[in-house]
Amino acid sequence: MSKTRKAEQVAGVTGPGGGVGGGGRGGVRGLRGLSSVVRPYAGRLVWAMAAGVAAELCGLGLVAAAAWLIARAAQQPTMAALSVAIVAVRGFALGKGALRYLERLAGHDVALRALAQLRGRVFDALAARGRGPRDLRDGEALSGLVSDVEAVQDLLLRCVLPAVTAVVCGAVGVAVCAVAVPVTAVPLTAGLLVAGVVLPWAAWTAGARAAARVVRQRRRLAVCALDVLDGAEDLAVFGAAERFHARAVEAARRLEQAERAASRIAGVVGAAGSAVQGATAAVVAWQAVRSGADQVQVAVVALTALVAVEAVMPLAGAAQRMRDVLASARRMAALLASPPPAQSRGGAAVPAGPLSVELLGVTVAFDAAVSPAHGRAAWDGVALDRVDVRVERGRRVAIVGASGAGKSTLLAAVAGAVTPLAGSVQLAGRDLAAYAEDDVRAAVRGLTQDAHVFAGSVRANLLLARPDASQRQLEAAARRARFLEVVRELPEGWDTVVGEGGRALSGGQRQRLLLARALLADPPVLVLDEPTEALDTATADEITRELLTWPGGGTLLLVTHRLAALGDADEVLVVDRGRVVQRGRHDDLVARPGAYRDLWEAERLSA
Amino acid sequence: MTGVVAVKAVERRLVGWLPRRVPVVLVAVAVAQAVLVVVQADALARAVAGLDARLLIVVGAAVAGRAVLAWVGSDVAGRAAAQVKARLRTALLARPSAGAGGARVTLLTRGLDAVDPFFAGYVPQLVAACVVPPVVLARLGAADWVSAVVVAVTVPLVPVFGALVGARTAQWTGRQWGLLRRLGGHFRDVVAGLSTLRAFGRAGHQSVVVRRLAEEHRRATMGALRVAFLSSLVVELVCSLSVALVAVPVGLRLMEGRLELAKGLLVLLLAPEVYAPLRALGSRFHASAEGVAVAGEVFGVLDASAAAQGGRPVPRREVGGAPEIVLEEVTVRYPGADRPALAGVSLRVAPGERVAVTGPSGAGKSTLLAVLAGLVVPESGRVLVDGVPLEEMDVAQWRSRLGWVPQRPHLFAASVADNIRLGVPDADAGQVRAAACAAGAEEFIEALPEGYATVLGEGGAGLSAGQRQRLAIARAFVTRAPVMLLDEPTARLDVRSEGLLVQAVRRLLEGRSAVMVAHRPALLGAADRVVRLVDGRLVSDASPAAGTGASEGTAAA
Repeated sequence: MSKTRKAEQVAGVTGPGGGVGGGGRGGVRGLRGLSSVVRPYAGRLVWAMAAGVAAELCGLGLVAAAAWLIARAAQQPTMAALSVAIVAVRGFALGKGALRYLERLAGHDVALRALAQLRGRVFDALAARGRGPRDLRDGEALSGLVSDVEAVQDLLLRCVLPAVTAVVCGAVGVAVCAVAVPVTAVPLTAGLLVAGVVLPWAAWTAGARAAARVVRQRRRLAVCALDVLDGAEDLAVFGAAERFHARAVEAARRLEQAERAASRIAGVVGAAGSAVQGATAAVVAWQAVRSGADQVQVAVVALTALVAVEAVMPLAGAAQRMRDVLASARRMAALLASPPPAQSRGGAAVPAGPLSVELLGVTVAFDAAVSPAHGRAAWDGVALDRVDVRVERGRRVAIVGASGAGKSTLLAAVAGAVTPLAGSVQLAGRDLAAYAEDDVRAAVRGLTQDAHVFAGSVRANLLLARPDASQRQLEAAARRARFLEVVRELPEGWDTVVGEGGRALSGGQRQRLLLARALLADPPVLVLDEPTEALDTATADEITRELLTWPGGGTLLLVTHRLAALGDADEVLVVDRGRVVQRGRHDDLVARPGAYRDLWEAERLSA
Repeated sequence: MTGVVAVKAVERRLVGWLPRRVPVVLVAVAVAQAVLVVVQADALARAVAGLDARLLIVVGAAVAGRAVLAWVGSDVAGRAAAQVKARLRTALLARPSAGAGGARVTLLTRGLDAVDPFFAGYVPQLVAACVVPPVVLARLGAADWVSAVVVAVTVPLVPVFGALVGARTAQWTGRQWGLLRRLGGHFRDVVAGLSTLRAFGRAGHQSVVVRRLAEEHRRATMGALRVAFLSSLVVELVCSLSVALVAVPVGLRLMEGRLELAKGLLVLLLAPEVYAPLRALGSRFHASAEGVAVAGEVFGVLDASAAAQGGRPVPRREVGGAPEIVLEEVTVRYPGADRPALAGVSLRVAPGERVAVTGPSGAGKSTLLAVLAGLVVPESGRVLVDGVPLEEMDVAQWRSRLGWVPQRPHLFAASVADNIRLGVPDADAGQVRAAACAAGAEEFIEALPEGYATVLGEGGAGLSAGQRQRLAIARAFVTRAPVMLLDEPTARLDVRSEGLLVQAVRRLLEGRSAVMVAHRPALLGAADRVVRLVDGRLVSDASPAAGTGASEGTAAA
């Protein structure tokens, strides 16, 4: 197991992607989908399998040869008759360790190669989807995907390799017994079938039910625990803390019971495995004795039986793991098989310079909306309701309104990230469909709510917007976003690594980085969604004022909830429940009663 | 070195959570296992040597016994693991999460599962490794002391080599850890940022980078594994060679007639059993490492909040009637903050008076409400309710006289009705309906698939911000409490939701005292008086008609 996986598990993020009790035909189909990932490394995989089988056979040979050596020695033959066996015993002992080492290395090598391959393919599949995988912004779903991808390692290391080793070693064991004392092949085969087929099957079916119960109870505990932790204040004030705490403790108790049931099954399967092993060896020895075999033969078949059954015992564990792996494999196969969206877009050239933007009767339904954070039920499934907006080229327009009113959706519609149910979004006088998707994306961009800070350096994060930017351009953008002062205070300046999701930065620093990146991009239409969130109001107003008055640059659409600096906006749009309810210049809107003035007065009071 | 010590401390503490009888049972099981191993090997050796099929019954019985013991052992260990996890979960549930509820929930569900290998694998194996080898070795010595000496000399090599190589690899992989983590995390990072990459037209470029870094990750990991697997290679070689070292002389002595076959076979069967528990211990130890790390995290949480807690006992004293609330020079300072959240705030709320609090974010408005609700204890100053200091009152009883409408009310994973009657669990359907009606919530509740019985999703998913607020107001209505605390319930609501909410608030505040944080004009209209907080200080106090008056000072009684 790689260290990274461990780290993620410590963080509690990985685990079976959620699906339990999968398998069946769909699972097999999923495996077929994954096999293309492994196929390029088939040679290496066979090499790993060969090493594994050889290691296990060495173990078998070690015991058989040692048994033969001792039993034969008791018959007091010549030294020459034994020397081969003596060399064999030593050779097998060394070979087993060395081969096991080689198998593990080769196996992990194949697994990691397949993982690398799968990561690339999954990334391409996600990138090829028409829209960004929004659902993946949710950490749980992202973790599920990541662990699904990593399950390919377990498929190879914990399912396929042990299975191959088990089958070959079982067969060789039967062959050895058949040669030594033919009648013993029958009980050994029976024992192998019980340990290698019946027990794994039992582990699979009984384990599936138990695992499903654990998942159910774990989910229940998660919900109860979240209530207790996040709702602590409400519970305290309403005197309900004890009641809900008791409910969560009860959920923890139920989870404990479910976990006990699951561990009991694992215990029973394990114990049954050793019972089958011992019983098989005993029956094999008994049969050999009854059939008149001599001591050498009895010793060889009895010990061979022990080792052969031991080789198939990991199959029960493999079967349990296989259940989760198959569920992951099925999801991966579905993801890789989903066809890329039809690209029936025109190829008109996007004109250079600032562009005009027009929305004509644009209606967007919620399912396609960007940020349905609140209020799915509230607005009857409509995020934008017949919105008409015209922004001349180079103008700077601010969009304000309540959370969930449709501001972000409006930006997304302009950027072509959501497809309107009705109406038309036009760029430079032509519908977005007239342009290639990539061209629209290049022309309309900036800072969106789902903007991501990557784990690399600060510089790399900015250069994403314009890979060929000079240091001067970099610093100019950073200065405007008030990010330059942040960079100067970072331990390694521009080369400071910010950690995944910008963990090393504070909320305000992160926001400034994102704004600097958007400003560096300097597209024909700049869309900024709450660029000054998490900044103190003075800085926020300063930045906003500058954004609205800065000479040059593209058309600007700015979503904000701070009104104080909007005096310089060419126009302000007030969005409420998916409609533009007011529009005009800041001074005019403040002068007349309405939603904008209410917001303005509230802001002045909270200033 | 300190790292190792810390890990050991965590392990010891983790073992301390085991029910006391578990180690006893595990030792008993291990002893019985060892005895049966000896019996089984003995019977099998004699059966083979004497070609005596009857002895195989003994072998069968021993096998059955071992299976039963294995089952008992794993059941006890599995139970113990589940039990310890349940205890740790219960302990974690009692600790405040300071806003990071999601992370805490992950820790207490899936995160804790990582301790399974510790209890179900490592601990039983550790017991077995201590108990089984001596017993088996004793039998070995009785049968053939020469072999026993060889085994006894080589057995310590297993842990010694394991530890030596392990220490070397730990050093090596410790240096690689950061690199591996970064390379392995890259995929997650770019998938999370895919829409950003697409927006900047870099998805195609990243597709190449993903493959390149995954390849680098493989190479780095393989480098680490080559060393890490060495330790098990060494241990395995030591075991195999030791068995060979025993087996070959035994064979030679048999040949010379200096040893009987039954004894020779017994030695051959028993020798590996001495090494086996020790050999398995290494891998069990590695498998339990992440569980120990998680346990360290859990103990960190338990320790941190244990220190932060520690309230004082509250003497009970009855209070009744519509109270007068007075704050006297109340100062609150949060740990780690450089300035107080509230600095010497004095305020009087007359019975039935409705006071609105305005001020910039971070001025201490929410803290003021938290102090009134007894959620935050002031560093200095006091809160008097009808002249009785809050700290001398039974806080539960005081809270039963409060209604609470926070900025983001938490909706619980329970039915709508149960969410409304949070403070009054025995309220009947009529009372719930009346409260919902008064809060202007009955219309949307009845439109829900199962009306009042609809179970809300996690955190009230599926409801709009305005609907959540109206449920919170219904919740406050049911309590019939004489004092209401509201924290900016209309912030960022759309116009229509705000309108509905303001009506509901007006109905709620009728005939009650209230302290509410508010900025929007519509809500301010429901107040008798407006005070303003800036940087934790009360800077003005005026009636809403006067707007933001300039009269410095307070209205302390």
